[in-house]
Amino acid sequence: MQEKNTKERVIQIKDVYKSFGDLHILKGVNLELFSGENVVVLGRSGTGKSVLIKIISGLLMPDRGIVNVLGRSVPDLNRKQLSELRLDIGFSFQNSALYDSMTVRENLEFPLIRNIKNLSRQEINNSVEKVLESVGLIQTIHQMPSELSGGQRKRIGIARTLIMNPKIMLYDEPTAGLDPITCNEINQLMNDVKDEYNTSSIIITHDLTCAKDTGDRVAMLLDGKFTEAMTFEQLFATQEERIQEFYEYNFIQ
Amino acid sequence: MQQNERPYVISKRIDGLFIGLKNGFDFFIRFFRELFSNPFEFKEIVRQCYRIGLQSLLLISMTGFITGMVFTKQSRPSLLDFGAESWLPSLVAIAIVRALAPLITSLISAGKVGSSIGAELGSMRVTEQIDAMEVSAVNPFSFLVVTRIIATTITIPILSFYCAFVALMGSFLDVSLNENTNLIAFFEDAFEQITFLDINSALVKAIFYGFTIGMVGAYQGYNATNGTQGVGKAANTAVVTSMFLIFLEEVFIVQITNWFR
Repeated sequence: MQEKNTKERVIQIKDVYKSFGDLHILKGVNLELFSGENVVVLGRSGTGKSVLIKIISGLLMPDRGIVNVLGRSVPDLNRKQLSELRLDIGFSFQNSALYDSMTVRENLEFPLIRNIKNLSRQEINNSVEKVLESVGLIQTIHQMPSELSGGQRKRIGIARTLIMNPKIMLYDEPTAGLDPITCNEINQLMNDVKDEYNTSSIIITHDLTCAKDTGDRVAMLLDGKFTEAMTFEQLFATQEERIQEFYEYNFIQ
Repeated sequence: MQQNERPYVISKRIDGLFIGLKNGFDFFIRFFRELFSNPFEFKEIVRQCYRIGLQSLLLISMTGFITGMVFTKQSRPSLLDFGAESWLPSLVAIAIVRALAPLITSLISAGKVGSSIGAELGSMRVTEQIDAMEVSAVNPFSFLVVTRIIATTITIPILSFYCAFVALMGSFLDVSLNENTNLIAFFEDAFEQITFLDINSALVKAIFYGFTIGMVGAYQGYNATNGTQGVGKAANTAVVTSMFLIFLEEVFIVQITNWFR
């Protein structure tokens, strides 16, 4: 905790509320992310984990509360300012969200070409090859997303965000629906991304192995509010019944 | 949190209708706002024009040709009764250019292109591809919606005139099988009664129909919800709504054109 205070705060979520009609999802959520750390957000399905990172990236607006990302208040940004901020945020979607009609190369080029003008073909090719090598999938460069396995799609989804060199990574259920070996590879990749690209990440998951392997701090979303973010071991040493229940159902040894 | 709890004013269905109309109007206004904002996606517009044209070409060729031929066959006996068989090319041309070609083209395109736009954007919405574009700092409305609406607005009029030509060829085939005529003589007879106003009104109709198909398809797809079920609903609603609006526009444009005759 001492070390955390010396680092720059890149995300500050304070007293954030979000409802959909009568359904109150977030009820005064607080969370901070410091540079160079991975914070894992655990919670059961439907507790609002994905809603939280959509609020951080400006895809959803909070009903009230403070959402500061890299020193900018997200709800107060206009569209142009939000676009500028998003260049610093990488968002890896649960289902990868690769563009079906484009090849892997075109998927990766898309954000680059549209956001950085006057890049030469050589520079674009170099960037695409570099991120594909980072995720270990250079051989898929000409393939269509439909030809990729679930794990490969996740990796390409991450590569597509890395091509813009983001400062913050938001991972939505990065290991959902994958076999344990592929999960382990994705966990390793997220740690590599943190070291190689110097990113700070929020990782949304309900996979405790993922939380243990990737999280510097772990917080759990219960009844629309976070438990205090702490290390994996500290979190599951608490006597809170629902945390213990979550732990037991994940069969972790 | 009270601001999110909105009780129904009349009933869920009627409230939904008005909310839908308001959202549709907002979407319409947003299109014109984004139309003139940077970047102008010229390459994507050309790609969509090519795709839409190619998608409908064969179907429009076949339907247009058959319509021209059948219309000629059905009109002949009535004209024969009055000894006015020589008016057949003119009659067919007036019907095709003024009404049939734009209507056939747009109805086929509503089914083929409108549903395709609705399903494609709907599928992109429910699989979060549109959100992925947005978080990549790319404006999905400008890239996906504006380009498709412009493409249908450009392509449907071109296809309409192509359909008119093919339908007249179908008519010529039937005429030439029954009478001693040649292509040039047929087209001279056919265009004798066609005025500049007829061509203009056909063009205006086709532009409106094309815009409607693109707008309705894009609106339904872009706002699709509820997973794969929502994609099917978006495609279906795109077809039904655009067909209904096309008939409605037909009534208004014909009425307005008649004031100028």
